[in-house]
Amino acid sequence: MRYISNTAAQQKEMLGVIGASSIEDLLVRIPTKARLSRPLNLPGAMAETDLVRHLQRLADRNAGADDHACFLGAGSYDHAIPSPINHLISRGEFFTAYTPYQPEASQGTLRSIFEYQTMMAELTGMDVANASIYDGASSLAEAALMAHSVTGRDTILVSRGVNPLYRQVVETYAEGPELKLKSLPLGDGVTDGDALRKATSKHTAAVVIQYPNFFGCLEDVRGAAQVAHETGALLIVVADPINLGLLTPPGASGADIVVGEGQGLGVPMSFGGPNLGVFAAKQELVRRMPGRLVGATVDVDNQRGFVLTLQTREQHIRREKATSNICTNVALCALMATIYVAILGKRGLRKVGELSTAKAHYAVRELTKIPGVRLRFAAPFFKEFTLQLPKAPERVIKRLLKDRMLAGVPLKGFDRAYKDCLLVAVTEKRTREEIDAYAAALAAAVA
Amino acid sequence: MPVTRAAYDKLVFELSSPGRFAYSLPESDVPDSDPAALLPAEHVRATAAELPEVSEVDVIRHYSRLSQMNYGVDTHFYPLGSCTMKYNPKINEDMARLGGFARLHPLAPEAGSQGALQLMWELARDLAEISGMDEVSLQPAAGAQGELAGVLMIRAYHLARGERRHKVLIPDSAHGTNPASTTLAGFSAVELKSEANGDVDLADLERHLDEDVAAFMITQPNTLGLFESKIHQITEMCHAKGVQVYMDGANFNAILGITRPGDLGFDVCHFNLHKTFTTPHGGGGPGSGPVGIKAHLAPFLPTPVVTRRDEGFGLDWSRPQSIGKLQAFWGNFGMLVRAYTYIRTMGPDGLRSVSENAVLNANYMLKRLEGDYDRSAPGPCMHECVLSARRQKKLGVTAMDIAKRLLDLGFYAPSTYFPLIVEEALMIEPTETESKETLDQFCDAMIQIAREAESDPHVIHQAPLTTPVRRLDQTLAARQPVLRWRQPQ
Repeated sequence: MRYISNTAAQQKEMLGVIGASSIEDLLVRIPTKARLSRPLNLPGAMAETDLVRHLQRLADRNAGADDHACFLGAGSYDHAIPSPINHLISRGEFFTAYTPYQPEASQGTLRSIFEYQTMMAELTGMDVANASIYDGASSLAEAALMAHSVTGRDTILVSRGVNPLYRQVVETYAEGPELKLKSLPLGDGVTDGDALRKATSKHTAAVVIQYPNFFGCLEDVRGAAQVAHETGALLIVVADPINLGLLTPPGASGADIVVGEGQGLGVPMSFGGPNLGVFAAKQELVRRMPGRLVGATVDVDNQRGFVLTLQTREQHIRREKATSNICTNVALCALMATIYVAILGKRGLRKVGELSTAKAHYAVRELTKIPGVRLRFAAPFFKEFTLQLPKAPERVIKRLLKDRMLAGVPLKGFDRAYKDCLLVAVTEKRTREEIDAYAAALAAAVA
Repeated sequence: MPVTRAAYDKLVFELSSPGRFAYSLPESDVPDSDPAALLPAEHVRATAAELPEVSEVDVIRHYSRLSQMNYGVDTHFYPLGSCTMKYNPKINEDMARLGGFARLHPLAPEAGSQGALQLMWELARDLAEISGMDEVSLQPAAGAQGELAGVLMIRAYHLARGERRHKVLIPDSAHGTNPASTTLAGFSAVELKSEANGDVDLADLERHLDEDVAAFMITQPNTLGLFESKIHQITEMCHAKGVQVYMDGANFNAILGITRPGDLGFDVCHFNLHKTFTTPHGGGGPGSGPVGIKAHLAPFLPTPVVTRRDEGFGLDWSRPQSIGKLQAFWGNFGMLVRAYTYIRTMGPDGLRSVSENAVLNANYMLKRLEGDYDRSAPGPCMHECVLSARRQKKLGVTAMDIAKRLLDLGFYAPSTYFPLIVEEALMIEPTETESKETLDQFCDAMIQIAREAESDPHVIHQAPLTTPVRRLDQTLAARQPVLRWRQPQ
């Protein structure tokens, strides 16, 4: 049998040592009534060649970014992935290890996480980052819970500029501790400052904004921090670290916790998962943080080494009193991001931001030349923007799919108020030729 | 083989040299591309992030060297109990990397994601068949999130029936995630004392079952590696009081094709695809923790649910009683492709054979080691066995010392000090993919250590000597946390 190493002769020999006549003898604790008396009703085993053919056929039925110009964003982005990443993460010593419970035999993973924590802290402008959470949305949910436990307050104000899919995850996590979620309205694409001031009170645990926000617009982080801090609330900023090579880090604008989706940093889109939940905070909050943390220390010979630390926050020690239930996180995605940031480095990451900005702004100029197509919000944007179309976005998307273009994310499903809107993302990977072809196809589709 | 002690002690930041780079980016091909003109000044970073400046060779060599400081399943026997560190088939990796999967955007139109949705729909059905549950959600990102989803569905179920129950019963032998997930879902976790072999104490359970109990959460087989024989009685007792029964599926590798949680009376169970279904552990994830439920809990499944319609596969969002979303998108799809590939590779007979051989291997090790280490329970075990080093502890050698010595002898260590109800626990899970030869080498090493504990404990206390670093000062790390690198001043 494939992947089972023992031969029939060895199995017999082992049973002999155990003193059992068959494997059945070893299952005596399972009552007959509990046994499955038939084979599992699953398709039969497939040979590798047949299986590859079958899966290739399934994969070919998907409109992937290899053969479609991808203008989709909303939390997952088609950024270029440098070749070394896949080679390095595929090394079995990284790939097939587990959580570094024995640090002496896990220094590779521990060192890479320590590097990752440093990079994320640098990019977000925060003091510390953890070893990762599942994805940006669950990171935000954990941040909301943390703000609740730090402040002892139970209301979280969430801007409508925060990705609606993230807001749904926060709602799920808020159910148990019965947090009150209140949404903050937008004024022309960004969080309404007056509404924010009015909503903030001594019951507010945290204010949550996204930078750039779901619609692509650049929020006033500094202003939000000021309002939040006046009442003793924390400011949580959702930000994509790939953008922070160029954009002002939320930490520099007064954020207390920065979370976000790190998928853009070398992690394949993979139909939305696995992703990379980034979680960074100010130093004074470190003992309330969820998730693993790697720290530097020394060994008995006084040589530098790294360990999982501050573990008394975690479920395997603190059980029902843990700061979070998280155990397995996304270490391998964090490794992809670490290698990505090492490759792009100080200048490369900034350049990715510059290219994305330039191409997105070029796209807006070209697309808004089409009669009836306009930018929905006047606020400054970065690499993503919201278009208002004269025809139903769903029809446009369908039409452009035929031309092997993924036109954007229709906003109708998220908010009826934006039923005529399309969210478009332009990464550094898109070429002028693709943008021009997109503009021509869109012009034809709305004509 | 033992790793030779590396002289390498660099972090990528320490390789940095101003002006060096490894990236390849195109020049801008669009006009007017000066970011200073496109973005308001306050939004542009004032100072560059302190990131490394290294060459591609630096990157390759650095991370290759770091990888050599790790033990993994590909290089070492990794008997980490409760984690099912089995071989991760390479074909799974090839399939997850197919362009139509790896480079598919989650919000691609349904017409352009039929292959991915079909795979998810089929995998959910397969897991339902394997577990005997009625429906499966693939959305949870890991086991702990599967637990949260399961417990939240139980909460929603009771509330929908107008019942507000506050407690969840959990045995003292449970994984730490169980009480943590329960608290997160708004319940108070009540710990039940297990019998010495990890079995549920029925009289104690009976005393605790009342109208305020929402659920009973147990691991089957339990964390001592034993099948809970009275399971039907337990589920019936619970159901009689309206209590839902949750199965922590961490130990699913013991029961594939042999018995099914759904048939045992469980209402909810989660799967760890990174354990039983061969998706790699990646140094601590990503995992994938689908959750299976009986039909009465179906209205509460996380949204969206993958469905099959006349016109093809799709995502169903119209679930008014749903507990909502757990992560931004649909699940850890890359892991789902790997698990699907594995299930299709093995087929029904292969999967049963997996569990049979996992059980055989564990019992063989138990037999070989029971003379030198104390067993935690009599009789055969399932897929893992828990030994106690209490005999060695009397000689001054702890479970942790034994773990460190194993590293020198070329093996990763078993789980130590878990379950909490076994003194000096060593939890050993060989999995079915290991051969008798490997098991013998490991048992020989364990027996050698037991002898050393009697004759030469010094060699154990010094261990490990062959790893890149020796025993590390955990207290220092926690007392003065250094959680990031900083440029030396």
